[in-house]
Amino acid sequence: MAFLEIQSVRKSYGAQHVVQNFDLAIKRGEFVSFLGPSGCGKTTTLRMVAGFETPSAGQIRIDDKDVTNLRPNQRKVGMVFQSYALFPNMTVADNVGFGLKVARKPAAEIRPRVEEMLRLIKLPALGARYPSQLSGGQQQRVALARALAVKPQVLLLDEPLSALDAKIRVSLREEIRSVQRELGITTVYVTHDQEEALSMSDRIVVMNEGRVEQIGTPFEIYNFPRTRFVASFVGTLNIMGGRVVDPAAGRIEVDGQPITASRGVVDAKAGDLRAVALRPEAARLTNGEEAPSDDTNRMRGLIEEVSFLGSVVRVRVRFKDSAISLDTFNTPHVPPPERGQPVTVSFGRADLLVLEGAPAA
Amino acid sequence: MKQSRIGAWIAIAVGALYFLVPLIGTFEFSLRMRRGVYSFDAYRVVLSDPRFQATFGYSTLLAFATILVGVILVVPTAYWIQLRLPRLRPIVEFITLLPLVIPAIVLVFGYLRIYGSSSFLPMTSNERATDVLLMFSYVTLALPYMYRAVDTGLRAIDVRTLTEAAESLGASWATILFKVIFPNVRVAVLSGAFLTFAIVIGEFTMASLLDRPAFGPYLQLIGANRAYEPSALAIIAFIVTWACMGLLQVFGRGTRALAAPAPGRIK
Repeated sequence: MAFLEIQSVRKSYGAQHVVQNFDLAIKRGEFVSFLGPSGCGKTTTLRMVAGFETPSAGQIRIDDKDVTNLRPNQRKVGMVFQSYALFPNMTVADNVGFGLKVARKPAAEIRPRVEEMLRLIKLPALGARYPSQLSGGQQQRVALARALAVKPQVLLLDEPLSALDAKIRVSLREEIRSVQRELGITTVYVTHDQEEALSMSDRIVVMNEGRVEQIGTPFEIYNFPRTRFVASFVGTLNIMGGRVVDPAAGRIEVDGQPITASRGVVDAKAGDLRAVALRPEAARLTNGEEAPSDDTNRMRGLIEEVSFLGSVVRVRVRFKDSAISLDTFNTPHVPPPERGQPVTVSFGRADLLVLEGAPAA
Repeated sequence: MKQSRIGAWIAIAVGALYFLVPLIGTFEFSLRMRRGVYSFDAYRVVLSDPRFQATFGYSTLLAFATILVGVILVVPTAYWIQLRLPRLRPIVEFITLLPLVIPAIVLVFGYLRIYGSSSFLPMTSNERATDVLLMFSYVTLALPYMYRAVDTGLRAIDVRTLTEAAESLGASWATILFKVIFPNVRVAVLSGAFLTFAIVIGEFTMASLLDRPAFGPYLQLIGANRAYEPSALAIIAFIVTWACMGLLQVFGRGTRALAAPAPGRIK
């Protein structure tokens, strides 16, 4: 049964619809990320769950209780902000114990809980410091401890790592995930960083222009994007314009060269234009002399660009109107291919993604 | 580079002379009460004058009341405008600046007209009520300074996020205001408070026209009738004002030290 339910939620400011018909059911203990570009409505949705924004329509339920019209301080929801939002006038220990003090818990209960939280975030000795005496990463860990100290039903994190440098970001995201697993707390995480979402989440909600584009596990989102937006936003993707030849058999033509998808093309008829997509890691360069097989596509083209990136050599192959990039490992005794060289690109039929909608002009 | 430094020193010297020469002159004159020798006789006379003690005590009390009411009025207003009604800020700023534009004499005649003995709220009919009216008029007079100081303090912190963080931890509005917002604008409030104190201590027009025994009218009275004592009073008034400014610096430095990262403690 769902622990956190967001049912047909909408948010509009006048004529501007920021979030449209958002539906999501999150299980107890699940880690769900809202992923999307700036202005896609992910933070607004999170803020509606927190109670900082009121939905224009729809309902939000936590543990089967309607919280849509409850004030934020009545929802038992912990929030971690991008800017840490630690109280500058309080020490780390006072910050962590703030929620417990507000709830009028006795000092004998607050002190051990604060110590427990500081141990959890691996900062047991910094209780007496002020936020200004901590680094960004430490401040965000304190913010996490503060949000968790009150044992919230749901933990909400609004781009908590965006203000940190790359190295701290990676280590802190692993810490956040490990703390979340340890406590088993239902968590909603907002990010525009696909790597963060892919590495941390049980499920990802990809959003664009206020709408949910796709909900799925990181594996599903990356390997089977349903829309062109998801395909292009999550990971690197080559997108080509194709013409459907035989929808039932999954046969498509790209720049006059026939290729086949492993599945039929849904809701299409012969002659329709469709965007087809291919991950760079799914394609490889061959000499074209391999025996043809049923599960492999081959396309012939010319090498347009070769970029030497150290361990990887990125090659761009142009067919006619379409082109794809693919990465090959750098092998010291094999020189990289040259520009203008004719090559054959091979890729599995199962790796070819036929996206919904026509290719962009 | 060297030339510009010399220019800067000349400017500082000219400025210092402009401010210090009259002050030194006044101080020197205040010491001449005893013929032929320097003495603090004028200060002794002034400080032992029961009217000085009474008027200074009255103005001090009124200044504290003004600060209290001003803070209670301004801090929640500025906070709410910053948090929920940012579009109203220009209007509120305009209103708070009006006491600088409208002369105090106009304000006090307005008060006398509205709250005079024949009005619906006769606040000049007894002394206590007039004290309250004078205190509120001081709140108005100090509004530009108090509002600006508090507003600057609020702009220096992320009011919205701090409020939301406290709210999500279960805090009520009162807790947010007194435990989170107020301590973080303490220095700004103190700046406003000291400026208010300095204004109230020396204010003449309103106290005089409302006929209250404040320090301002006493200064004027002594200045009109005595020779050396007014100079001594002027120096005392300067010391009080400077003490306020000094306290402002002390509190400001304390908070800056808190906000600045301690060297060598950042990981």
